[in-house]
Amino acid sequence: MRRLYLCCFLLMPFTLIFQGCGGIPKDALRMNKATLEDRRLQTRFFDTSDEKKILSASAGVLQDLGFNLDESETDLGLIVASKERSATEVGQVLLAVVVAGMTSGPAMYDTKQKIRVSLISSQVGENGKQTAVRVTFQRIVWDNYGQISKLERLNDPEIHQGFFEKLSKAVFLEAHGI
Amino acid sequence: MKRPLKFIAALSLISSSFFLCGCESSRSQVLAAEESQVKLRSMQSRIFDTTDKIKTLRTAMATLQDLGFVIDKADDVLGSVSATKLDRYAVRITINVRPHGETQMVVRANAQYNLKAIEDPEPYQQFFAAFEKAMFLTAHNIE
Repeated sequence: MRRLYLCCFLLMPFTLIFQGCGGIPKDALRMNKATLEDRRLQTRFFDTSDEKKILSASAGVLQDLGFNLDESETDLGLIVASKERSATEVGQVLLAVVVAGMTSGPAMYDTKQKIRVSLISSQVGENGKQTAVRVTFQRIVWDNYGQISKLERLNDPEIHQGFFEKLSKAVFLEAHGI
Repeated sequence: MKRPLKFIAALSLISSSFFLCGCESSRSQVLAAEESQVKLRSMQSRIFDTTDKIKTLRTAMATLQDLGFVIDKADDVLGSVSATKLDRYAVRITINVRPHGETQMVVRANAQYNLKAIEDPEPYQQFFAAFEKAMFLTAHNIE
């Protein structure tokens, strides 16, 4: 037993050193095969050269979805928004409670999330006749101990399709002054 | 006989912790940089043959979106864009664009990975390789 303690004690500084290691993943800032696919998923084109109109419709849709606008820079065609919501999933809570009961450890499950979105518009095509909108989502999830449990980008096709359907509708509504 | 031994062990632990505390205060992180200022600037900067600040900034934002970032802030007067990438890790990057002479712009990127500054040239080379392609211009290294 005493030997075990001694081992732990001697190994402690090493774990501390290694914690600081683990540099940036090799492909973190590199374009890869998925880049083009992602771009297609996250982008839609609108047949108008009025970039400001598209941006204001986009801001409206984000508000429809409960986002608060954090930042906007019209000259660059940028809108940044976020919302904080519950991240509790019944299944996960049940599983955590069962596992905790079996191992007599703490039950840890997700409770809160912050969803962030940035939307960028740009004029494309001949003489800028079209406006492209690209939207990227990400979220941070916290557990019931206040610790970050997930850092991830949200790249589900359904999210993007849903968003762009709403945006198309909003562009139509704004065009007709509704 | 055992007690004094424990006491001595505890005392030595406490005193060594004090000793380690004195080593480096976490406040020193404010002005900390592992690499020299000149070396950092040269690995983080590239020069482009353009004077169009808005186009450069827009291209920077598009490149960041390509690389999976969500933009945090952008300012066309200051010429800066900040963005965050979350993928089980967090990378935060700031791009700054400013004129360099009459016909060129300097683009500088600085980034951090989780709680550490990225002071290795490779990630910057990768970023500028992607950026260069999007700009349709060749990046020149800063002298």
